Amino acid sequence: MPDVLSKHPIDVIVLGSLVVAALWAVLSPRLLRAVIALALASICVTALLFRLEAPLVGVFELSVCAGLISAVFISSISLSQLETEETIAKARRERIRRYWFLPLLLLFVGIAVGHMSPPTFTRVPAGGLEVRSVLWTERHLDLLGQVVILLAGAFGVVVFFKETKKHEP
Amino acid sequence: MSPELLTAYVVTIVLLATTGLFYLLVTTNLIRALVALELMTKAVTLGLVLVGKLTNNPGFTQALTITVIVIEVVILVVAVGLVLLCHKHTGTVDARNLRNIRG
Repeated sequence: MPDVLSKHPIDVIVLGSLVVAALWAVLSPRLLRAVIALALASICVTALLFRLEAPLVGVFELSVCAGLISAVFISSISLSQLETEETIAKARRERIRRYWFLPLLLLFVGIAVGHMSPPTFTRVPAGGLEVRSVLWTERHLDLLGQVVILLAGAFGVVVFFKETKKHEP
Repeated sequence: MSPELLTAYVVTIVLLATTGLFYLLVTTNLIRALVALELMTKAVTLGLVLVGKLTNNPGFTQALTITVIVIEVVILVVAVGLVLLCHKHTGTVDARNLRNIRG
């Protein structure tokens, strides 16, 4: 562990921050703080994606996950008064009872996976398409499927909150 | 990529997925279940891009990851809409209190 910390300090610090942010999102009794921790986790993932030479995916992750999804969560919490003093107190009381096992589980899993030999992958010959080329030239029917999903999501939300007209006698 | 750094990435991805899965199984709050789903999706996103880099095929895996992110946000928006509708009709987002199914 000290070797990887001295050779790749930025990666190790960001990886550690990601795990800490995820734990904060889980253990926080306040829903709003859990959502903020989730946004911080997205920022850490963005940094790692840039380190892995995937800037386009990093920009998507930052704008969509850290931005749009956080805004959706926060607006839903504020519009519906989902977080009250009662729910916060209840979550604080139940936190230890529910999540005491989580640090032990993560420690066990981390040590077990850390002692395994790293996975090996077969490298394909160089010359593969760049991500923009794949997005714009190699996609066919799956693009249609993605458009259908987007439209289904948009219309679904519209239908959920459609006001029903009252019929007068 | 050095084996030590690869191990660090793999351990983080597994820890993130484990945390999300544990949270999803334990929580009864529907909004917190969506937060757990987001954590697991982040692990998948990181794993996909890492595999693409290691196999020298980054274009395909990154395009796939962008598709996953788009579908993830659509699913999340619809799920939040469902939760808000549920809260509007029943006054709660606790899964333990949602026991009345009326046909």
